[in-house]
Amino acid sequence: MITLKQLASREEWFSSGHTLCPGCSIPVILKLVLGASRNPLVISNATGCLQMGSTLFPHTAWKSNWIHTGYGNASATMSGVTAVYRSLKKKGRLMDEKERKFLVIGGDGSTYDSGISSISGYMERGEDIVYLCYDNQSMAHSGGQASSATPVGASTTTTPAGTVLPGKLQTRKNITAIIAAHRIPYVAQSAPWNWNDLLRKAEKAFETKGPAYLNVLSPCPTHWNTDTDKSIELSRLAADTCVWPMFEIRGGTKITVNYKPRHKLPVSEWLKSQDRFRHLLEKENKWIVDKIQEEIDQNWDFLLSAQNEEETK
Amino acid sequence: MRANKVLDGNTAVSEAVRQLDPDVVMAYPSAPGAPMLERLAMDIANGSLDTELVNMESPQSAISGCIGASAAGGRVFSSASSQELAQMHEMLFIASSLRLPIVIGIADRALSAPINYYADHSDAMAERDCGWIQLFCESPQEAYDNIIQAYKISEHQDVKTPVMVAMDGWITSHTMENVSIEEPSEITDFMGKRIPTYSLLNSTKPLTIGSFSSPNYYFEHKLNQFQGMENSRKIIREVGKEFGDRFGRYYGYFETYKLDDAEYGIIIMSSAAGTAKEAIDRLRSRGEKVGLLKLRVFRPFPFQEIQERLLGLKAIAIFDRNIVPGSQGGPLYNEIRSAMYFCEDNLRPKIFPYIFGLGGRELNLSDIDNTIKEIKEKTEKVESENGFHFVNVRYRQVNNE
Ligand code: SF4
Ligand SMILES: [Mg+2]
Repeated sequence: MITLKQLASREEWFSSGHTLCPGCSIPVILKLVLGASRNPLVISNATGCLQMGSTLFPHTAWKSNWIHTGYGNASATMSGVTAVYRSLKKKGRLMDEKERKFLVIGGDGSTYDSGISSISGYMERGEDIVYLCYDNQSMAHSGGQASSATPVGASTTTTPAGTVLPGKLQTRKNITAIIAAHRIPYVAQSAPWNWNDLLRKAEKAFETKGPAYLNVLSPCPTHWNTDTDKSIELSRLAADTCVWPMFEIRGGTKITVNYKPRHKLPVSEWLKSQDRFRHLLEKENKWIVDKIQEEIDQNWDFLLSAQNEEETK
Repeated sequence: MRANKVLDGNTAVSEAVRQLDPDVVMAYPSAPGAPMLERLAMDIANGSLDTELVNMESPQSAISGCIGASAAGGRVFSSASSQELAQMHEMLFIASSLRLPIVIGIADRALSAPINYYADHSDAMAERDCGWIQLFCESPQEAYDNIIQAYKISEHQDVKTPVMVAMDGWITSHTMENVSIEEPSEITDFMGKRIPTYSLLNSTKPLTIGSFSSPNYYFEHKLNQFQGMENSRKIIREVGKEFGDRFGRYYGYFETYKLDDAEYGIIIMSSAAGTAKEAIDRLRSRGEKVGLLKLRVFRPFPFQEIQERLLGLKAIAIFDRNIVPGSQGGPLYNEIRSAMYFCEDNLRPKIFPYIFGLGGRELNLSDIDNTIKEIKEKTEKVESENGFHFVNVRYRQVNNE
C-alpha cells in the first residue's frame, strides 16, 4: 500500500488537458486506478465520455498505449491484443520483455448493456485483463439517457419523470453479482471518496492473474445536475446510505464488506441530493422511496450475512 | 516440394493460413466456413501449429479481436459468412479506417430472411462499402492462392487495408478438387513475418489509436484511408505477378476465357464461372462467338481495365448473385455499367443485368445458352437494355409500373 505522496510522484498515464466536464469523477478514478499499476499499461477504452474527452485529434491525454474501436467491444478488442502478447511471448518475438498490464475501461452503458457479452466471454476464457467500469448510472456522453445501471425512479432523458410515470420503472442491474457468478479471481466495488480503498483494490486487480473487475461509482455533475465540487462528497453519501456498498469478492464466493457506515443514513438523503430524484420526494411517490429503501436494506443485509466468516472476525 | 492434394475450399484456406503461421486466430464458427477454423484448431491441438486460437463469443467480438490483434502487431485470421459477416458490419469499417492488415475467409451464404443455408453473394456484397479489399475465388486452388496473396497485399506498407477472401459456400467450400500446396519454406520466403510500423505492445513508444476526429480532421483521415485502397490497385497486380513468377499461377483483377474474339460476353464471379466456361465451350462448338470475364477483385473495382477489356463487344450479360431491392441492377452490373459510361458510343457494348443463384439456386448450362440467345436477339432488334432478367426462377417478371 502506498501513501498519497508516493502516488503523486508516480508516473501519470493520464495527463491533464483532457476535455471531461468540470467536476467529473472519471479523472479522479483514473488517477487512482492507473497509479496502482507498476507495469506499462495497454488500455482499451469503450466509446463514451472518457474516450471522447481524452483523444481530441491531434491531442491525447494518454501516456500509455491506448486503443478505442467501438462501444460494446472494448474487451473483445483487448482479447485480440492479449492473444498477440501471449503468442509473441511464446515465440520469443516481443519487442521488449517488460511485463505489461492490460486494462479495459468502459462506462456503465458499454459495460452493463452492450459490452456484457464480450466481458463475459473474456472472463470465461480467463484472460489476464482488468476491467474498470466507471458507473455514472446513465448514458452520459450521449446526453444522459437511461442505461440498465440507472436506478429505479431516476429521471433521465429517456425515462423522464412525467405526470403519469415517476422516472425509470426498473431496478438497476446487479452487475457485480453477474460478474462474480463467473467465479473470476477478483471482483470489487468501490467509489472515489475512499482513495485508499480504490487504490488497494486496483493494486489487487493488477496483481491478480486472470480476470479482475472493478465497479466504481462515478458521480456525474452534468447529468445528475449537482455542483461541480460535490462529486466526491456524493460518492461518500452513496456509501453512507448503502446505495453503493464497498465490497470485494474473491473467487466468486468470498465476500468482504470493506466499509460499514457507523450511522446508516436513510436513502432519502441520497435522493434529495440530486435533481434526477427530486420528484420522488413528492407525497404521491413515497411508495417508490419505500420500495428503494427496502431493496437497499435487503441488499445490504445480504452482503453482511454473506461475508466470509474469517474476514469478519 | 510442392504437394498435390485433393482438398475442399475450406481445407485449402486453412492450409494457406497454417503456412502463413499467424500469431492469432479469432474464431467464431459460421457455416459453411467453420471448417477453416476447425482444421487450424486441430493443428494446434496436435502441436503442429503454435498460433493462439481464441474462441470468441460473437462475430462482433471476433472481428474486434482481429482489430486489437492487428493493432498489437500480430498477423491474424478469422472467418465469417452470412449473418455472422453482417454482424461484423460495424467493425469492418473500423478495421479498414484504422488501416489494419487483417484477412478473413468467407464461405458466401445467403442472408436471412427467409433463413437459407446456401450460396449467394448477398453477404459479401453487403460489405462492399466498408473499405475492405474483396477477392472472389472460383476453386479451392484459388482460395489457397488468394489467401496467401491477401496477406501480402494487406500487410504492404502502402496498403495496410484488410482483405476478405470469398468463395461460394458449400460449392467451393465443400467440393474436393486437386490443389497444389506449395512448399512451406517457399511460402515463408514469399511472405516473411509481419513487420508492423506501429504496435500497442511497444511500451517505449505509446500509441493512441482510434481517437476522436473533429470536422477539422475527419475528411483528411478518410482520404488517407481512400489512398490506401487506391494504392492497393498496383500492389494487387504486383503481388499477382510475383506469385505467378514463383508458383506458376498468375493473378490479375480478372480472368478472361475465350473473350479475345468474342462478340457476346458473360461477366460472372466465383464458382459459377466454371459452369459458364463449360457453356461457352458448347456454344463455341456451335460457332457462337462468346467469351467470359470472371472478376476476381471487386474492391478496389478495376474500372479502367474492365472498360478496356469489354470495349468493342456487341453485348454483355452481367450475372449478379445477389439482389438489391430498389436498385437498377446488382452491384456488379452497376459497377460495370458505370465503368463503361466513358466509352465511345459506337464501341460500348449493350449491357444486360441478370440475377441468378439466390439462396443456392443452381445455374444450368441451358441458362447461359438462353441468356446468350436473349441478349443476341435484343441487340439485333435494338431493344432497350432496361429491366432485370431473372435466371432459373418461377417468376421472371417483376411489375415495376
Ligand atoms: S457528462 Fe458526466 S461523466 Fe461525462 S464527462 Fe461530463 S461529468 Fe463526466
Ligand atoms: Mg455512463
